[in-house]
Amino acid sequence: MTPNDRKYAPTHEWVKIDGELAVVGITDHAQESLGDITFIELPKPGMKVEKGKECGVIESVKAASDMYSPVSGEVAETNALLETSPETVNKSPYDDGWFFKVKSIRHDEIETLMDASAYEQMLKNAE
Amino acid sequence: MTADAHEIHYIFSLLLYQFSTLYKKSTKRNFMNTCRELKRTPLYQIHLDLGAKMAPFGGFEMPIQYDGIIAEHVATRTACTIFDTCHMGEFRFKGASAARDLENILTCRVNSMEIGQCRYGFICNERGGVIDDQILYRIASDEFFMVVNASTQSADFAWITGHLSHGVAAENLSESTGKIDLQGPGAPKIMQKLMRQTVADMKYYRFKYNTYRAERVLTSRTGYTGEIGFEIYGDPQLIRQFFNDCLECGAKPAGLGARDTLRLEMGLPLYGHELDANRNPMESGFTRSIDCAKQFIGSTVVCGPGNVRQTLVGLILSSRRAARAGDTILGDDGTHAGAITSGSYSPSLEKAIALGYIEKKYGIPGTRLQVDTGRQKLDAIVTETPFYRKATCRKNIAEFL
Repeated sequence: MTPNDRKYAPTHEWVKIDGELAVVGITDHAQESLGDITFIELPKPGMKVEKGKECGVIESVKAASDMYSPVSGEVAETNALLETSPETVNKSPYDDGWFFKVKSIRHDEIETLMDASAYEQMLKNAE
Repeated sequence: MTADAHEIHYIFSLLLYQFSTLYKKSTKRNFMNTCRELKRTPLYQIHLDLGAKMAPFGGFEMPIQYDGIIAEHVATRTACTIFDTCHMGEFRFKGASAARDLENILTCRVNSMEIGQCRYGFICNERGGVIDDQILYRIASDEFFMVVNASTQSADFAWITGHLSHGVAAENLSESTGKIDLQGPGAPKIMQKLMRQTVADMKYYRFKYNTYRAERVLTSRTGYTGEIGFEIYGDPQLIRQFFNDCLECGAKPAGLGARDTLRLEMGLPLYGHELDANRNPMESGFTRSIDCAKQFIGSTVVCGPGNVRQTLVGLILSSRRAARAGDTILGDDGTHAGAITSGSYSPSLEKAIALGYIEKKYGIPGTRLQVDTGRQKLDAIVTETPFYRKATCRKNIAEFL
């Protein structure tokens, strides 16, 4: 099930508001499509990210894919667990496998993202 | 970028690009095949029922993975897996001068092969480039069976038949032959259970006919994983039954993704990556499969002096971050040294590994190089292959029965 407590970008990332911060990760559909994830390059704390722009790399056994930020702001924190255990994203894409947290976010920007049912509908339409 | 364009880009990067790196050189051809119509193996429905991710390869719609590439890779190294390899090509040649003709067509020695023996070798063009790599089976003194790659199969057959003498019968059995690879330390027990005659006498790179469900199948102790195992050839419907029986005996299905990481850990070449029509196979280092004491098509180039400029090397990267086919290899002074032909994360080494052709002077094990991925430069060290040293393929089968 796609969690209802967050928003979704058409590029298969999720954003969850946590106080002043936005937590970012990829969806279950994204991790399933990528297969076994072997390496993740996250944006560094302090780095500015922009909605819809590349901000890192996700490597699976077979390929490297670009990571896009679903929100604009400044990276406050990254998930250190992913440096040694990138497979956490396959196991727990919505919880332990979060990517990074963003500060100085714009709530109106996040409001334009999809809710869980709209995201699921998008996946269905793409089938 | 609009959301739509972005989405299309991302879906492409997720669903297509990930496989395009795996089979980079054949992507365009595969896309054209998608338009033409992809072929399906007799096991197609089983793959769908098992939840496989399917993708085009060699003109066929093939399973890339079931549970996951790493899980299937590890199952092959530690237990037993089955691969659908029905897409591959099979030929039969028979005639008094078959051995002599094949001696001219192949780089490996043919006349020294015993009946029941398999031998790996290359089919070269006149320029000394590789048309394909193959395994030859000697069925009788005047009869041979040959296994080739899927995408090159029809061109191979045309080339070979164009170089056979009158009186040598050639048959392309690719459509009527099913093929399964059963691989891993658990494979001999499963074979013993399913086959009527013993497999205990089967040595590495030897074959024999066996009986499965009252029908004759060709079985060889060969494979593309480095593990002890078998390739089984027979009627396509029978092979489908065999696949199901192997699943019931506990073998796990494995796809082309794991097949690629397994062969890469063994340093084995994949046609279209390490070998192609412009590559002198002598540069690949598989010199035992090239007999320069005889004449064969392309031998003046392949065996000629000064024609080996590059060498195929194994590279271990400094992290899990992988180099990919086409990436540039740089010498320690930053000069262009060569290019990557295959690269992936290695589940056994838990590091990224790669194969690539480089200038001979950089080919000494221990040499430090860099790989330029276009995004960043990765440190790499030249390493002897196989990368994985605990492979079981050459061991005595008695240890596994």
